[in-house]
Amino acid sequence: MSRLSTCFDRLRQEGRTALVAYIVAGDYHLELCVPLMRALVDYGVDVIELGYPFSDPAAEGPVIQAGHERALAAGTQLPGVLKAVTTFRRFDKQTPVVLMGYLNPVEQLGYERFATDASRAGADGVLMVDLPMEDARDLSVQFAGHGLDLILLLAPTTSAERSLEIGACTRGYLYCVALKGLTGANSLEVKSVQEQVERLKLQTQVPVCVGFGIKTPKQAMQIAQFSDGVVIGSALVDKIGSMAGSACTPEHLTQALGTLLRPLRRALDTAAS
Amino acid sequence: MAQHMGKTRVIAETGAGQHGVAVASVAARLGLRCCVYMGSVDMRRQSINVQRMRLLGAEVRAVKSGSRTLKDALNEALRDWVSNVDDTFYIIGTVAGPHPYPRLVRDLQAVIGREARAQIKERISALPDALVACVGGGSNAIGLFHAFIEDSAVSMYGVEAGGMGLRSGKHAAPLAEGRPGVLHGNRTYLMQDEYGQILDTHSISAGLDYPGVGPEHAWLCDSGRVKYVTVEDADAYTALIDMTRHEGIVPALESSHALAYAARLAVDLGAGKHILVNLSGRGDKDLATLRHHKHN
Repeated sequence: MSRLSTCFDRLRQEGRTALVAYIVAGDYHLELCVPLMRALVDYGVDVIELGYPFSDPAAEGPVIQAGHERALAAGTQLPGVLKAVTTFRRFDKQTPVVLMGYLNPVEQLGYERFATDASRAGADGVLMVDLPMEDARDLSVQFAGHGLDLILLLAPTTSAERSLEIGACTRGYLYCVALKGLTGANSLEVKSVQEQVERLKLQTQVPVCVGFGIKTPKQAMQIAQFSDGVVIGSALVDKIGSMAGSACTPEHLTQALGTLLRPLRRALDTAAS
Repeated sequence: MAQHMGKTRVIAETGAGQHGVAVASVAARLGLRCCVYMGSVDMRRQSINVQRMRLLGAEVRAVKSGSRTLKDALNEALRDWVSNVDDTFYIIGTVAGPHPYPRLVRDLQAVIGREARAQIKERISALPDALVACVGGGSNAIGLFHAFIEDSAVSMYGVEAGGMGLRSGKHAAPLAEGRPGVLHGNRTYLMQDEYGQILDTHSISAGLDYPGVGPEHAWLCDSGRVKYVTVEDADAYTALIDMTRHEGIVPALESSHALAYAARLAVDLGAGKHILVNLSGRGDKDLATLRHHKHN
């Protein structure tokens, strides 16, 4: 069983919603990556989405764009990110790690090489922007051969038939983009997300995680009522960005993330049925 | 299409500003709100077009991220589009982007080649021996080439921006120096580093300053139907001067790349041959940039 299935099964039995956290590896130094990942887990994160940076992240709002820029400025590239995952696995063999980013850096590394290296590093899933479902099918099989789940995204604008196909093709979980827009947008409308997610859950067996624009404990708790996972990204990357210029210690940084994550973890636990 | 889909707002990205002015014009004509994204570097070097767009009532938004040129404007336009998809139609200015844009823009631009083919047959009672067009994203080139694709006796040349020379790394020639990759919703030749990060480009002309190329050009290059070459900044400038002094037409710096190559090609082809060059734009917008050159 994959780490992702084990994790979501356990949460389902406990009646809990997964807290999924996204940070950009190498933001703002590559040496911060593993300490940050471990801190996320300490503060109650169930699944880590580890972003690998791209020069042109077209789906990102200004906060995560800046995270990608900081990571690139620090010299972060895919091989370094995979090394960080390897190091993380020395300390944590349970928390699922999903590599999240854009298709081009993976294409340039080579899909087979990437699948081999990512699997060997201890990653569990991959989520890529710029990979439509039609092109994802073969890749999903190839990645599955290496024990990697290829997670697919859909949006509020995805048609019903297409949602059905995406729901059938995705592995690990289904990422439901909560709003028409970019990461970190302020236009989250819980009612419409709820309608969409409830429809999806009738059609698919995989866990449904919701992300984009979820910033407050209240929003997280509302979304947790009807989804299997809540993704927090920009809120964390924003906090990291705000401390990037300062000469703070890694401990200060992780403590700052704790002030964000603790209320979110509590909110999700409160929503537990 | 935008009106048919019930959209009340159109957006565009623009490099030289020509596409931006076209979109602003049609928006004014049809009463649609209009926002054009333009890299701040391009806004400075093509400021006359910025003024035109604003006179037409469009909002021109400066893009200050990345290289502050065409690729960054495209990124911002994509971001605006997904955020405002309910009321906004994105009019992409070139034959790139997610499907169906490369095909859609080609089909609309193909009017250039259809009319050119009919007119040249009238003029010389034959088809041209060669077509030459500059290639940034590739829309004016595809527009010209498309009608002649089946005419195997017609050679085609696409001219990319050689910038300060291919060896300098400061150019915008993905077909010459790039590798296949995925950007802006399509797979095509891209100027990128070994990790798949997109490289900064340079060209004296804003409209050619793009690290990718429309995917149909990638196909035409691979199949050999079109030969892709490069012309450097200095030679494009010289061609601009030559065209101005011989014909009294100041060509756009983009089109000057095609003119420069056509002059070389003419020598190779010899007398009695016909070369059809796409004069894709006027150089009025470039007068500010050219002010810094000494013209004699």
